[in-house]
Amino acid sequence: MDFGSINPILLMASLMVAATPIVLAAIGELVVERAGVLNLGVEGMMIVGSVLGFVAAIHSESAWVGFLVAAVSGAGLALVFGLLTQYLLTNQVATGLALTLFGLGLAALLGQGYLGTKAPSFPDLHIPLLGDIPVIGPIVFQHDPMVYIGLAIVAGVWWFLNKTRGGLVLRAVGENHEAAHALGYHVIRTRLLAIMFGGAVAGLGGAYLSIVRVPTYAEGLTAGAGWIALAIVVFASWKPGRLVIGAYLFGGVTVLQLNLQAAGVAIPVEYLSMSPYIATILVLVIMSAGSAPGSLGKTFHASR
Amino acid sequence: MLRRTLLASAAAVAGLSGLAMADGHEPVKVGFVYVGPIGDGGWTYEHHQGLLAVQEEFGDAVETVFVESVPEGPDAERVMTQMALEGADLIFTTSFGYMDPTINVAAQFPDVRFEHATGYKQADNVSVYSARFYEGRAVQGHIAGQMTESNIVGYIASFPIPEVIRGINAAYIHAKEVNPDVEFKIIWAYTWFDPAKEAEAANTLIEQGADIILQHTDSTAPQAAAEAANEAGATVYTFGQASDMIEFAPAPRVSSIIDNWAPYYIERTQAVIDGSWESVSTWDGMDTGMVEIGEITDAVPADVKASAEAMIAAITAGEYHPFTGPINKQDGSVWLAEGETAADYGDNGLAGLNFYVEGLTAEVPQ
Repeated sequence: MDFGSINPILLMASLMVAATPIVLAAIGELVVERAGVLNLGVEGMMIVGSVLGFVAAIHSESAWVGFLVAAVSGAGLALVFGLLTQYLLTNQVATGLALTLFGLGLAALLGQGYLGTKAPSFPDLHIPLLGDIPVIGPIVFQHDPMVYIGLAIVAGVWWFLNKTRGGLVLRAVGENHEAAHALGYHVIRTRLLAIMFGGAVAGLGGAYLSIVRVPTYAEGLTAGAGWIALAIVVFASWKPGRLVIGAYLFGGVTVLQLNLQAAGVAIPVEYLSMSPYIATILVLVIMSAGSAPGSLGKTFHASR
Repeated sequence: MLRRTLLASAAAVAGLSGLAMADGHEPVKVGFVYVGPIGDGGWTYEHHQGLLAVQEEFGDAVETVFVESVPEGPDAERVMTQMALEGADLIFTTSFGYMDPTINVAAQFPDVRFEHATGYKQADNVSVYSARFYEGRAVQGHIAGQMTESNIVGYIASFPIPEVIRGINAAYIHAKEVNPDVEFKIIWAYTWFDPAKEAEAANTLIEQGADIILQHTDSTAPQAAAEAANEAGATVYTFGQASDMIEFAPAPRVSSIIDNWAPYYIERTQAVIDGSWESVSTWDGMDTGMVEIGEITDAVPADVKASAEAMIAAITAGEYHPFTGPINKQDGSVWLAEGETAADYGDNGLAGLNFYVEGLTAEVPQ
């Protein structure tokens, strides 16, 4: 086998980029699910974030404005889901699916005039000193800022969930909303905030696709990334650290299989194409030990 | 059933008088099934331009309907059945993977005419039509072979079907002809439309040294990825696929293959209106204008552009066939002898082409 033309440094570097949209979407959903809400609308929030972020970035000529708008629009769409499920007590699964379908349609409508245009450039950071370290520098320290923001959000979520009082309340609401309510915590308020956070981060993930990774807008841009994020949350047993491993594994094998193909390695292409999914599921299943939050997907009403 | 009789008589009346539905009958209903969204900027976009041209041409005499992003498989069958039940008279199914679904549904609706793009299964009420994209690929290869500095051409392929393999062979033969050192790196995306994956494939090829990206997938993502790479200091050229993708000119996009379906769709709709529709197999190329080459930009050196235009003229005039021997198969055995041109059908014909030509190093996925 000839691995000659694969540059391992570039491979590792593109792994981090390939995984970022999934990391973002998944960490948002993780918080939502830890609060006991199952939002299947990740794909919809991602694509709306990707189109609105893209449009904003084109008009403002600033990728940062694009990301901001994407986060706000993702949160806005999530708020619709939140109001429906938390106040009007609709079924979370059905509402989430509806949100995805609605998001896909809305994005197709909004994106009409922007097909085939390219996003404003979003240069990679070249972190001084760290970026100059041989091998590790180009792999880890020469990416665009969103890669690091994504990781910072994951670290922040871990810290919030495990080390703060707010995180404890959120987990309590997710494990047993009736007990949390009896203790005087605002179940619905906590959940709404979690849902909006999830939407904002999913919007960022979508915008990362349209502004950095692709970087153009086309209909159906997310092509199932939201569903992969949902699956990774479950397989990572609702733990932020494992979630990053899962997303990086998925991104890594995706990039690796393309590289192997381009290098002409004689493994049937079909096996290579399915490898990201299999590898991710295998590793996360072997690692998985945790169980779902107790109140996940259940409707809460204070009178019951 | 009543409506069908009505339509049949309407068609007969129109056929006699030559007036399309001027007598207040229902308009002819033409359906389109698309594999991607109409906003993909490539394959489906051009088919939809064909629909719009039909609507423009016939106005109220024709009603058009379409369903986009229909997966290849059982879903396609459902969509076609639904269209036929809703009274479509003519249904265009515009992706290779709709072949068997089209045949299945057509068997249940003998009165509805179907037209399947890029396939090879015909029936009494199923026509097949395709374009000789490989003619355009030959021109791309000719330009690519001379433009590449690294001598590595990256190729984003979709599915290992004859249409795609023909394109790879045609591009390779003509790149090799002008640049004996050229090498092709091929990635099979196993999708027609997945912008993120297509961009990833383009980036991978660029990282592995390719400075020309050819694509047989439908979105503009590889173009955008190449443009981003160029902004970061690389020099990568691309070609528009299925549609002009002129937004990315003058570079990275230096030329393109444009599928112009409109004249065919208008002709076939007219045939239904006239009542003269019958099952045919159409495979047109540059000569009828079904395959067009988009503007070659100034990023291409003048002499290369001139020789490419000469090749376009020769193919259009029928003087040159892109598969003219001597050409060997990948295993070294003779495919085409000196001066022989490839037949369309038959054992080693273009329609069922499933092997690479000599010089390509990868294997065709089986």
